[in-house]
Amino acid sequence: MEIETYTLILSALLFAIGTAGVLLRRNAIIMFMCIELMLNSVNLTLVVFSRSLGIEAQVFVFFVMAVAAAEAAVGLAIIIAIFRHYELVDVDRFNLLKW
Amino acid sequence: MVNFLESFLRVAQHAEAGYHPVLPGLILLLPLVGFVINGLGAFLWRDNKRVPSVVGPLAIIGAFAIVVANFLAMRGAMPHDPAVVSLWTWMAVGDLSIGVDLQFDQLSILMMLVVTGVSSVIHVYSIGYMRADPGYSRYFSYLNLFVFFMLILVMGGNFAIMFVGWEGVGLCSYLLIGFWYENREFASAGKKAFIVNRIGDFGFLVAMFLIFTHFGTLNFAEVFAAAPETLVFGGGVVTLTTLLLFLGATGKSAQIPLYVWLPDAMAGPTPVSALIHAATMVTAGVYMVARSGVLFAMAPVSQAIVAAVGAGTALFAATIATQQYDIKKVLAYSTVSQLGYMFLAVGIGAFTAGIFHLMTHAFFKALLFLGSGAVIHAMHEAYHKVHRHDDPNDMRNHGGLKNVMPITWATMWIGTVAIAGIFPFAGFFSKDEIIWSTGSYGYVVLWVVSILTAMLTAAYMTRLMVLTFHGENRSGADTKPYIREVPAVMWVPLAILAVLSLVGGWLQIPEALPVLPAVDALHHWLEPVMEPARHVMMEHGFNQAHEAPLGGGEAAWAIISTVLALFVVILTFRALVHRRYSPAAESEAPTGIAGVLYNKWYVDELYDRVIIRPLLALWRGCWRIVDDGIIDGSLNALASGTRMVGWVGSLFQTGRVAGYMFWFVTGVVLILALLLL
Repeated sequence: MEIETYTLILSALLFAIGTAGVLLRRNAIIMFMCIELMLNSVNLTLVVFSRSLGIEAQVFVFFVMAVAAAEAAVGLAIIIAIFRHYELVDVDRFNLLKW
Repeated sequence: MVNFLESFLRVAQHAEAGYHPVLPGLILLLPLVGFVINGLGAFLWRDNKRVPSVVGPLAIIGAFAIVVANFLAMRGAMPHDPAVVSLWTWMAVGDLSIGVDLQFDQLSILMMLVVTGVSSVIHVYSIGYMRADPGYSRYFSYLNLFVFFMLILVMGGNFAIMFVGWEGVGLCSYLLIGFWYENREFASAGKKAFIVNRIGDFGFLVAMFLIFTHFGTLNFAEVFAAAPETLVFGGGVVTLTTLLLFLGATGKSAQIPLYVWLPDAMAGPTPVSALIHAATMVTAGVYMVARSGVLFAMAPVSQAIVAAVGAGTALFAATIATQQYDIKKVLAYSTVSQLGYMFLAVGIGAFTAGIFHLMTHAFFKALLFLGSGAVIHAMHEAYHKVHRHDDPNDMRNHGGLKNVMPITWATMWIGTVAIAGIFPFAGFFSKDEIIWSTGSYGYVVLWVVSILTAMLTAAYMTRLMVLTFHGENRSGADTKPYIREVPAVMWVPLAILAVLSLVGGWLQIPEALPVLPAVDALHHWLEPVMEPARHVMMEHGFNQAHEAPLGGGEAAWAIISTVLALFVVILTFRALVHRRYSPAAESEAPTGIAGVLYNKWYVDELYDRVIIRPLLALWRGCWRIVDDGIIDGSLNALASGTRMVGWVGSLFQTGRVAGYMFWFVTGVVLILALLLL
């Protein structure tokens, strides 16, 4: 097997771990990190494909990193705001926003 | 503004050289101004009785004066064609152009004279009758408005303007029947009149549509001139049109089957009964049939139906009148009966006789109603003084009033002999003209019916007089001393109408009885208007015999009928004058035939069972099934379906981030699976 295959399997694994973490964990910080993990697994995939498809995929990686940075700023700010209010970051306790 | 005023005051443009209408717009404007002033008064100076007392009657008397001037001008010129004053175009849509046209011809002038003349007298009388009423100003505003619309009705130069007046008088009738609207029964009597009239108005409207489709115009002059060429004699169109017009007439003029509202209309003040429900509005149907005489002359089937309904109503209502105890109810049924005579006359084609009876009836029936109003007024005042609550309308509570109310007694006797048709009073000439025409035109059955009705008329009117004015007084020993003759403002109108009830008939003295110089005056007067209709009838084999069905000429039957009427009056008087009646409170309900007649042949009950209740059941079905079930049901189903979907959707909105994530991921996986597989 070639290096691309191993790397893609790694990236799929990382994505699955991230997804599982988002679905299963209740701590907002952990979920947040899992989302970052998923984003980075996608980045890895893009880098792998850039070998065969050209440099454009790597440009996409920079975009994703930029968006992830912005998202991290906003997400962390929200989490801090919630923490200041409730003094905990368990997302199951934040269920007021419904019908 | 100047143009507008000028349009009201200018004289006719299309009139013949001889006759120009005098101040045509002002005739209408005066009652309207009276209505506005009194109507404002009802809001602004409710307790001021002086303003309506002056403005109300004066507006009408002013209109009467102008009408008289017009009459004199027309009598001098005797134009052959009607003078039409076009004020402005009301509406012009496609081929339809309706102008506000006022038609001045011999027929409309006659009607205007009767309407404004009788109205003037009744307005004056009302000052006395309504003196103590809190709605005084409102009363006069309605009454003025009524005269305004009645004048529009008779002056209108096309069917549409006539219809405006037709609806307007219906409105005023409704307002005045329910004048004492605090009384639930009175208010619903007004409603009944309004609803029953709607049925007739529907016929009138459809007839108008038919006329417009076939003639392309609604103007009287054009329609009647074109009718003999445009329509087929006796054809379906003209028959249907006239029958629908007649349906309108049965509503407004209280004929079978729509007469039921008129007796209930007696809930209104008595002068209103005299003016609207005896003298003027209810005769509008007769006027309309006479006005459309050409159309009716072209439809023999319709004519036969009009005549038969008229004669049937005359007899039917007269039988009911013989057993009523409410003095106004007797007169109401008498009115229905006399209107039947008029329809009999216009139905057989004796238009002049019908209009003649309309006029004399306006005099003597207004007199009788105002007389009964005087009695009711006196009884009411007396009961009021001793704080009793007996019915002042019930004749069983009257009796022996001739000594305390001699003027009312005398004038009402004049009205009675006039309506009974005794020489030389007005009713003799007009009714005899109708009976003679019916006989000599060959309608044997209707002729017999009309003679029978004449005898019944004499009987029930004499009964009314005996019960009210003769015998012992039954109002109670405490009440009796308080019964007084009415004031001059009320008895002077009675006297005026009594004189008219005598001389009113002398306008049309039959040729066979040349007792006065004015032989056939009315006939000659109306000839320009009625000639086309007579012409149509003459062309199609109409001829008048010189003998009644049993033989004998006009003079012979005139003598027979007056002797017969006199005989019935005397017989009834002698039979009843010594009979003892007990007051209404102590009387039992009549039984047997008298009971059937007292209960008006149970027609109201029949209508209730056959028409009203099935209709109500049908409407209730529509309400429950169509409205509640189908319309509301489908809307409700839509609403609850939407709510259901929303509820299912809301199940996903748990507020838990993990839940959202789960569905989100599931969705992504599902979409990926669909894309890849």
